[in-house]
Amino acid sequence: MTEEIIIAGFGGQGVLSMGKILAYSGVMQGKEVTWFPSYGPEMRGGTANVTVILSDDRISSPILHEFDTAIILNQQSLDKFENEVKPGGTLLYDPNGIVHPPTRTDINIYKIDGTKIAAEMGNVKTFNMVVLGAYLKVRPVVAMESIRKGLEKSLPERHHKLIPMNLQAIEAGQQQLEAVLEV
Amino acid sequence: MGELRLMKGNEVIAEAAIRCGCDAYFGYPITPQSEVMETLMNREPWDETGMVVLQAESEVASINMVYGAAGTGKKVLTSSSSPGISLMAEGISYIAGAELPCVIVNVQRGGPGLGTIQPSQADYFQSTKGGGHGDYRLIVLAPSSVQEMNDFVDLAFKLAFKYRNPAMILADGAIGQMMEKVELSDFVPRKTDTEIETEYGNWATTGKKANRSKNVITSLELDSVLMEQNNLRFQAKYRQMEEEEVRYEMIQCDDAEYILVAFGSSARICQKSVDIARAKGLKVGLIRPITLFPFPTKPIAELAERVKGFMTVEMNAGQMIEDVRLAVGCSGNSKPVIYFGRMGGIIPSPGEVVEALEQKLIGG
Repeated sequence: MTEEIIIAGFGGQGVLSMGKILAYSGVMQGKEVTWFPSYGPEMRGGTANVTVILSDDRISSPILHEFDTAIILNQQSLDKFENEVKPGGTLLYDPNGIVHPPTRTDINIYKIDGTKIAAEMGNVKTFNMVVLGAYLKVRPVVAMESIRKGLEKSLPERHHKLIPMNLQAIEAGQQQLEAVLEV
Repeated sequence: MGELRLMKGNEVIAEAAIRCGCDAYFGYPITPQSEVMETLMNREPWDETGMVVLQAESEVASINMVYGAAGTGKKVLTSSSSPGISLMAEGISYIAGAELPCVIVNVQRGGPGLGTIQPSQADYFQSTKGGGHGDYRLIVLAPSSVQEMNDFVDLAFKLAFKYRNPAMILADGAIGQMMEKVELSDFVPRKTDTEIETEYGNWATTGKKANRSKNVITSLELDSVLMEQNNLRFQAKYRQMEEEEVRYEMIQCDDAEYILVAFGSSARICQKSVDIARAKGLKVGLIRPITLFPFPTKPIAELAERVKGFMTVEMNAGQMIEDVRLAVGCSGNSKPVIYFGRMGGIIPSPGEVVEALEQKLIGG
């Protein structure tokens, strides 16, 4: 099994940390992983993206131009990455701020209103975990137990008290995923 | 099995240095390698192993601190990125001339000049052919994964001390910034003063004892006859490296008709290109030089006996291609050697490489 994922959105949305938690969960499950960020003069409000690859085999290129799954959190990223999803692949997006929704008909498209769900749960910062939950519902590439271990490894110990809240956000994401198109 | 972590290449350099018993790090921040010193400062190894970590006032100061500390037989590390390495070039030449061991990490970015902070491999010539003045060589290791960023710190120190010569780890922004699963090395204690005296007392400035003559560290020799002797000794060392230290990896070369030659992150991209090409029925293999100096001339010359052609894939304007052409030329076979690459911080895609291979080499 190899899953090649792009996660893209605004800086500050937790794009890189979502990728890191997913990657660390893969490590906890004995998988090979790579996490390659866009890096540069980036800042809150600018665009940020990260390529995460999980595989049972040795990973060749950590840098890709087509993906099994795209997790899209803003319009610029949708415009940029919609066409880089492999035919039959998956596109998951948060509709908040999306004016032109995806138009492809040869890929699976899902929505998760992570912004709204996180706000309703009382902590907008768990937004990225809601989206991660939705992703794991569509593509269960790692077990929840590995996610919990991944959170423990990626968060500094002083933040470990926040793990239950993050797990709740992941569950909420899993429950409230909406299918738009399944091919 | 060692401890498994998910880490950035840059962070791993720092962790591996602490774990292999490195005595000191001197450096100056520059993107995309600043996490090396950041990680060291966060880890505070001075409490744990006694390792010194110091942010110098410039790259010039850093490399001269390295020069001084290396003269005492200590394991010393510095790191920078392309423009910073240019600033260090004078010091590196002095260290090579004074025959001292040290490890220099270059996490390359696109140039020339200040250029870009995105990944590049445009310092191949600088690393393998000199960089500073005079006839010297660095041992150059090119990691292509975060695991190799870990493994090559210890290896670079071993080679640097074996030959009393600076060793360089030539990485790039992609390897430095990306995170992968890494199995960390076990802790090795720093050498004690007594151990250093015993092992390197014949050259290191550890404080002159009554029972030995003084050790002099210098690259200066005004007597040309003696200076030529020094140069002959250096050259003999470089030839010995060529005999004993060549490292490379061959991927699917056994039945290959066309060979990609790539190092570092380009080699990772090319692994995928090989898979894509094989799926199309093209018999393509990859040779990945791990040591850029000494260069794997012989295995490339041997491949030239039986393959139809070579394509180097580099994130520069075509630098390693010169060494590949020399290797193929040495074999007496006139096989085509072409180049494909991107510059200025652009990373070629695996598909782009296959397209170039089909158009320029197989079809051309």
